[in-house]
Amino acid sequence: MTSLAQLFFDAASLGGIYAMAALGIALIFGVMNLVNFAHGEYIAFCVFALIVPSTEAVAVMFLGKAPAFLLIPVLLGLGAGAAVASEYVVFRHMRKATPVAMMISSFALGFVIQNALLAVYGGRPKAISLWPDLNTPVGVLGAQVPLLQLIVVLTTLLVVCALALLLKKTRLGLEMRAAAENFTMARLLGVRANVVITGAFALSGALAAAVALIMATQTGVADVRMGGQIMLVAFIATVIGGLGSLPGAVAAGFLIGGASVLLQAFLPLEVRPFRDAFLYTLVIACLLLRPQGLFAASSAKPRI
Amino acid sequence: MMGKHAQNRILAYSTPLVLIGILLVFVAAITLTGDKALGRMAAETLIRVVLVVGLWIFVGNSGVVSFGHAGYMAIGAYCSAWLTLKPQMKSLFLPDLPSWLAQAEWPVLPAAVASGLLAAFVALVSGATILRLSGIAASIATFAFLAIVNTVYSNWEGVTGATSSLVGLARYVDQWVALGWAAAAIIAANLYANSASGLALRATREDEAAASASGINMYRHRLLSLVVSGFFTGVSGALLGHSIGVLNPDSFYLGITFISLAMLVVGGIGSLSGAVVGVLSLSMMIEALVRFEQGISIGETQLALPSGAQEILIGIVMILVLILRPSGLMAGKELRMPRFAPRSPDYKTSNN
Repeated sequence: MTSLAQLFFDAASLGGIYAMAALGIALIFGVMNLVNFAHGEYIAFCVFALIVPSTEAVAVMFLGKAPAFLLIPVLLGLGAGAAVASEYVVFRHMRKATPVAMMISSFALGFVIQNALLAVYGGRPKAISLWPDLNTPVGVLGAQVPLLQLIVVLTTLLVVCALALLLKKTRLGLEMRAAAENFTMARLLGVRANVVITGAFALSGALAAAVALIMATQTGVADVRMGGQIMLVAFIATVIGGLGSLPGAVAAGFLIGGASVLLQAFLPLEVRPFRDAFLYTLVIACLLLRPQGLFAASSAKPRI
Repeated sequence: MMGKHAQNRILAYSTPLVLIGILLVFVAAITLTGDKALGRMAAETLIRVVLVVGLWIFVGNSGVVSFGHAGYMAIGAYCSAWLTLKPQMKSLFLPDLPSWLAQAEWPVLPAAVASGLLAAFVALVSGATILRLSGIAASIATFAFLAIVNTVYSNWEGVTGATSSLVGLARYVDQWVALGWAAAAIIAANLYANSASGLALRATREDEAAASASGINMYRHRLLSLVVSGFFTGVSGALLGHSIGVLNPDSFYLGITFISLAMLVVGGIGSLSGAVVGVLSLSMMIEALVRFEQGISIGETQLALPSGAQEILIGIVMILVLILRPSGLMAGKELRMPRFAPRSPDYKTSNN
């Protein structure tokens, strides 16, 4: 029988991953109304950056061999670089396009990244071992919790606090919040649009890299398709939280993580394979109750 | 002589003739080459026409992007399999089917219609809930619907065969069968778009608030278009199953969602002609790239793209089209017959 504390840590760490991914999507949506479907592929890209390019089944560590104090900043930078590059190459040319066209082109960009990874690394999932020591359980409150889960929970809190500070205390943060509120008005008042958008993409890419590090350590697998599932959940979390609302994205990420762990624990055994169906039914129910999201940004209300 | 407006109303009905004509020329040209592989490609392209035109009936008229249509497709495909597979095969692979379904051995055409009707019914039920939302929340809800369908069909071992593929479907769909259904879908889409409901729905697409202020019940028209759209999407799923002969829940998931939306957007989401042109142009490009990947010889030299290049190039072309023509190749225009009388010269100046 799993203890309550165990459940709590499972939910908090899964929710933390979802929350970080959702933040990455919400940041970009806030400044340019772009639903970035390529976000999941940034995560996959960062995971694969850890290993030597080859189609062999056995993965040889490449970046992953570096010590942590070097690896973490380099990978975060790489994620940020990938996101900024995609903005520069694709989305910068679509500033006047409709949100639907932008969404489809981000879908297409994700497709390109995924197939490029497939071509370079092959389609088979690969076993990787990054910091295996972190999966050893430690005793907390009578539960056996892998050290990594604790780190995930702490990292999420740290990231959220750092982001909140950045948004509240720096000039870039102020400009981003202004842009999220009303982009046209912000530009008229001297907010530098390209700086804000590039900044949002860089932050979003770095968040994707953080998620990639956690997933690589936790699952020990590098799979080209690993970005898709998490992107879907993160995307849903962003909407449930209220599009454009960063606290909402975090809260909804934790909510979905919690619901998914609880369903896994308490659903009767014969319907447990259908867990995701229940989860998504809850999502639809949640949207019906609050279509504008749990924490709708004030700018999200349509004005007539 | 008829007024311009009346002429316009009549000419709006000529769009299906032009589109079906184009498809007929396409199929006839490919059949004349006698190439088996090309024939399969044509059948696949026309099935996609049924799918994308079905998708357009809802997305194009309502402006709500739906990610859930692959779910209706899966429902149609499996329904047709339940109705047409041989009873002894069903007792072997799908032991949990109810006995009347396990004994059923329908001819293919009624089975395809029934598949469409089942998908339309599911569209009615799911739409009744989902369409209470609007904008991006509705899109996400359709995504959740797709994930629900995929989860159920991937785990319902005794009824859908779960993730192990369901084999043995009669492969009766060739390019001509697909052409028949594509024509039906195009005519239905045009009739719907020109109906009172279609016009009302497009009004809500342009401006929700203004439309509802004019007394348009957005919910009812969206639901109606989703049901019509669900029917043809379900049929396209049944056709796809009977064209490749194998069913797997994952062939109706993100991949087909992406490609069908991409075709719609590249062609132009605003018009029926855009849907058809998008399917034709992207399908032909995919076919050309696949051939190029296998290698072609020009003179003495053998040229071949590295494998995987096809998907990457498709993605890049799609992004380029979206950057250069954000409203798609057709940009919301319909192909139609030319006017009876030449435009009066003052027509242009009065518009400027």
